[in-house]
Amino acid sequence: MDFKSAVLGKYNARIYKSRKDHIIEVKEGQAQPIAANTRAIPGIMTNRGCCYAGCKGVVVGPLKDTCVITHGPIGCGFYSWGTRRNKARPDADGSNYIQYCFSTDMQEPDIVFGGEKKLKKAIAEVMAIFKPKRIMICSTCPVGLIGDDIHAVASQAEKDYGITCVAFSCEGYKGVSQSAGHHIANNGLMKRIIGSDDSGSVGHHTVNLLGEYNIGGDGWETERLLKKIGYNIVSVFTGDGSLADIARSHRADINLIQCHRSINYVAEMMKTAFGINWLKVNFIGLKAIAQSLRDLATYFGDSWLIERTEEVINEEVLEVSPAIATYKERLNGKTAAIFVGGSRSHHYQDLLLDFGVTTVLAGYEFAHRDDYEGREVIPTIKEDADSKNIENLVIEPDRRYRAFLTPQRYQELKETIGLEDYSGMTRHMAEGSWVVDDLNHFETEEMIRVLKPDVFFSGVKDKYVVQKAGVVCRQLHSYDYSGPYAGYQGAVNFGRDLTMGLFAPAWKMITPPWREAKNA
Amino acid sequence: MLDQTPKEIISRSGVCVNPMKTCQPVGALYAALGVHKCLPHSHGSQGCVSYHRTLLTRHFKEPAVASSSSFTEGASVFGGGANLKQSVKNIFDVYNPDIIAVHTTCLSETIGDDLNSFILDLDLPDGKYVVHCNTPSYVGSHVTGFGQMVAGFIKYLAKKEEKSDRIGIFPGFVNPGDIRELKRLLKLMGVSAILLPDPSDALDGPMTGIYEMFPEGGCGLPEIRAIGGVRQALALGTLASKEPALVLKSQCGVETALIPQPMGVANTDAFLRRLMDISGQPVPKELELERGRLIDLMLDANQYFYQKKVAIFGDPDTVTGLLSMALELGLFPIYVATGTPGEAFVKQCQDIIAQYDVPEAKIKASSDLFELHQWIKNERVDLLIGTSYGKQIAKAEDIPMVRAGFPILDRYGHAYHPLIGYHGARRLAELVAGALMDRYDRDCADEDLDVVM
Repeated sequence: MDFKSAVLGKYNARIYKSRKDHIIEVKEGQAQPIAANTRAIPGIMTNRGCCYAGCKGVVVGPLKDTCVITHGPIGCGFYSWGTRRNKARPDADGSNYIQYCFSTDMQEPDIVFGGEKKLKKAIAEVMAIFKPKRIMICSTCPVGLIGDDIHAVASQAEKDYGITCVAFSCEGYKGVSQSAGHHIANNGLMKRIIGSDDSGSVGHHTVNLLGEYNIGGDGWETERLLKKIGYNIVSVFTGDGSLADIARSHRADINLIQCHRSINYVAEMMKTAFGINWLKVNFIGLKAIAQSLRDLATYFGDSWLIERTEEVINEEVLEVSPAIATYKERLNGKTAAIFVGGSRSHHYQDLLLDFGVTTVLAGYEFAHRDDYEGREVIPTIKEDADSKNIENLVIEPDRRYRAFLTPQRYQELKETIGLEDYSGMTRHMAEGSWVVDDLNHFETEEMIRVLKPDVFFSGVKDKYVVQKAGVVCRQLHSYDYSGPYAGYQGAVNFGRDLTMGLFAPAWKMITPPWREAKNA
Repeated sequence: MLDQTPKEIISRSGVCVNPMKTCQPVGALYAALGVHKCLPHSHGSQGCVSYHRTLLTRHFKEPAVASSSSFTEGASVFGGGANLKQSVKNIFDVYNPDIIAVHTTCLSETIGDDLNSFILDLDLPDGKYVVHCNTPSYVGSHVTGFGQMVAGFIKYLAKKEEKSDRIGIFPGFVNPGDIRELKRLLKLMGVSAILLPDPSDALDGPMTGIYEMFPEGGCGLPEIRAIGGVRQALALGTLASKEPALVLKSQCGVETALIPQPMGVANTDAFLRRLMDISGQPVPKELELERGRLIDLMLDANQYFYQKKVAIFGDPDTVTGLLSMALELGLFPIYVATGTPGEAFVKQCQDIIAQYDVPEAKIKASSDLFELHQWIKNERVDLLIGTSYGKQIAKAEDIPMVRAGFPILDRYGHAYHPLIGYHGARRLAELVAGALMDRYDRDCADEDLDVVM
C-alpha cells in the first residue's frame, strides 16, 4: 500500500476530506496543486504553532536592540524566551536584550478590568530600568478579546519617552498557523521602521539578508561569505538584527531572501515602495550556495565581483572538500524525510544531496501553496476567511524609489537568475517522492512505518516519537543545539551531526544480547 | 551576559522580567500524561499546546503528546463548543485513548466557554471518558494547573463506593525519578497505594525500537475510580496537591493529609513515620541503613557546606523541600524565591528557616529571575540552586549552579533521579558538594590545589 492510502484509509470521512489534498506523490513535469495554509483539524495533533509564535517568536524576537514586551498572561512570553537559538551579539552601543523576557504577566483583574494600565506601567518600568531606544509590544489571545488598544498605548509611549514603540496585534487565534504572525510582523516593520533612517552611508554593493534568523549562527556564516566577496550588508531580517539597521534597509541594492515564507511580504512591499529587487537564495548546501553567490554576482554584473566570487567559492570548497568527502562516504545512499517550516524543507534537500542522501518525503508546517508550487500560483490562491483577517498593506512608491536595473536588464535577469521568483519545493523533488503539508503525529508514525527513511528531520515534539521507533531524528529548527549549518563550514557541521546521529554506537545496543541470541 | 541588569533595584508592579513560572495549562498537560491511556487536550488555539509539548519534551527528553481544539478567530468569537465536539470525535477515531483530559487556556476562559455543559452534551463511545479542569493562564502558575487537572480526574471519575484498602497518594509536581523512589519507599514500608498521577513510564520510557503513543504504566481508570474509596490519602506538596486533596475530601469524604514533599532528612523521616502509622510496620533496616549512609555523607563533607551562601528558586513545593535540605547540610540560604503567587510560600519558608540559627533570608513569592539577579548583585551567593534559566545568572555573576526543579532544559538524565527520600537528599548533597569543590579547585592557586579533600 502506498503512503497516501495507508494514511487516509485510517481517517474518518471528515478528516479524510480535510487531509486528502494535502498529500501528493511527486510526478515529474506535471503541475501539482496541493492544499496548504488551511485550518488545522481540531483534535488532530499538528506541529503548528500560533500567530504570536510567528510574530514574536520568529520575526520580532531576534531583534536585539529592542525590548519586546509580551502583553498577556505569563506563558507565551516564557515559552518564547531563549528557546529558538536565534543568536545575537551586543550592538555597537552595547545593547542586547535577547537574553531577557519581558511580560506584563496579566492577572485576573487585568483581564476583567482591562490590561492597558498594566501595559503602560510595564513600559514605564522598562524605561526606568533599561532606558531602551525601542520597545515592541506583542499581544497574546486574551488581549484581543478584551479589546486593549495596544497601538494607542504604543503611540503614547513614543510621545512620553521619545522612543520608537511599535505594537503588534498578533493574538494566537489569528490565521491558521505561525504564518499569520510573520505577515503581521512584516507589516509592522514596513509601516514603522523600514525607510526611517536616511543618515550616513551604507556603502557599495549593498544587500539585505531577509529571512535569516541566525539559528545556531547561520547568519554569521552567510555574512562572512558575503563580506569576503566584497558585499556590504545593510541589515538582516532579523537574526542578530537590529531595528537601527532595518531603518536603513531601504537603501540596499538588493534583498536576498533565505526563508521565503516568513519574509516575502517585506520583499514585495520594499520592491513597490523603494524599487529594491529581490532574489531567492539558499545558503544551505554546497551547490546551492555557489549558485546563490553566482546569481548575486550576475545581478551586480561587475567583472571583478564575478571573478572574486569564483575565487571565494573555489577557496571555500577546497577547504571543506576533504571533510565533506569523508562524511559522504558514510552517508551516501541513505534516505531522509524532512518536515520543518519556512523554506528549510526545500533547502536541506540540496544539502542532503551533497552527501548522496535522497529525500523520500518533505513538507511544511505552515507554508502556502507558492512555497510548494512556485510563485506563479499566487494569483490563483483564493482568500479564505482566515487569511482575510490579516491586513494586506497597500503600498505606494516612495519618493526615494530607485530602480537599480534598466527594464531590459531586469527582464534578462528574471530569465537568467530567476530574479524575483521562487519556483517552490515540489518541482525540485524526485519522481515518486511525497509532499505532505501540515504532516501530523499520526501521519509521521505511518510515514516512518511505510517509507522507512533512515533519518527524519523535524522538531523536538517529533524527535523522541521517531527515535523511540528506532529511527534517528535530527531537529532542523534548533539543529539539536549544534550549527551553524549554513555556508561551507555549516555543511561540514551538518555532515558531522548526521553521521554522528546515524552511527551512534547505542543504536546497536537496543536489543539485549540474550534476546538477540534467542532470535538467532 | 545579562549586561543590562543594573544593581540598583526599582520596585516593579507592571513588568515581569525573566519569569520564574509559567502558565497553568502546561502543568495540567503534565498531570494528564501520568494517567494511563489518556490524551491531554488543550481547549484553545493550537499555539499553546505546541509550546507546552515543546517545554515538556525538552525537560524529559521524551515524547509529550497532546491535542488542541485549534481555535481560529471564528471559534474565539462564537465559542469553542463545536471545536471541542469535533476534537473529541477525531481523537477517539484516530488515537483511541480511554480518557481525554481537557484543560482550558486563557483564550477559552476569557470568552467564557462552559466546559461542563460542552462535555455533558458529548455523545461518547462506550467506555470512553472526557474530563476537564479550568486552567486560566492569568491565575496562579503551572503548579496550580497541575493540581487543577488532578482534581479534575477526581471530580469526574472517583467513586466513594469503591472501597479500597489501599491509600491514595498525590505525588505532586515531581519527576518520574521521584515517582519511582516514592513507589520503592511505599513497597519497603508495606504500604499499598494508588498514585495519581503516575508519570513514570510515560515520561522515562526505555528505548525499545517501538513507539507506543500510550505506554504501559500510569494511573489507570480503575485506580482513579478507586481513589474515591481509599482509607486515607497523602497529598504531597502543599500547593500542587492542595486542590485534589480538597476535592477528594469533599466529594468522597476521604481523610487527606496535606504534607510537604519528602525532601531532605526531616521531611523524609516525617513521611516514613506516617507510613509506619498507616501500615503498622516499623521502618525496615534497609531504609535505616540508607538514612545512615546519607547522614554519614553529610558529616563527611560538612566543611564544604558550612555557611556557604545559597540562593534557591523554583516552584513552591520544590523550593521548600530544597530549603529544608540546604539547611540540613549547613548551607545559609539567603535568597529563597518562587515565581508562583501566594504568600503561604513565604510563611512556610520562614517557619523552616526559624528552626535553624542562620542569618535572615530574603523570601519572596511572585518573584522573577531579574529580581533574584539584582539581589545577588547586591550581595553575592556561593551557589545557585534552581532551574535551567538560572544559568544566565550563574554565568553573569560567575556562581556555581546546581540544577533542580522544573524546567531543566539543558541537561540529560536529571528526571531519572529523585530529589525525594534519602536517595534524593544524598544526590543533592553530592551535587552541591561537587559544585562547590569544583569551584574551589578551579579558582585556587596551584600551590593550594589539594588532591586530598
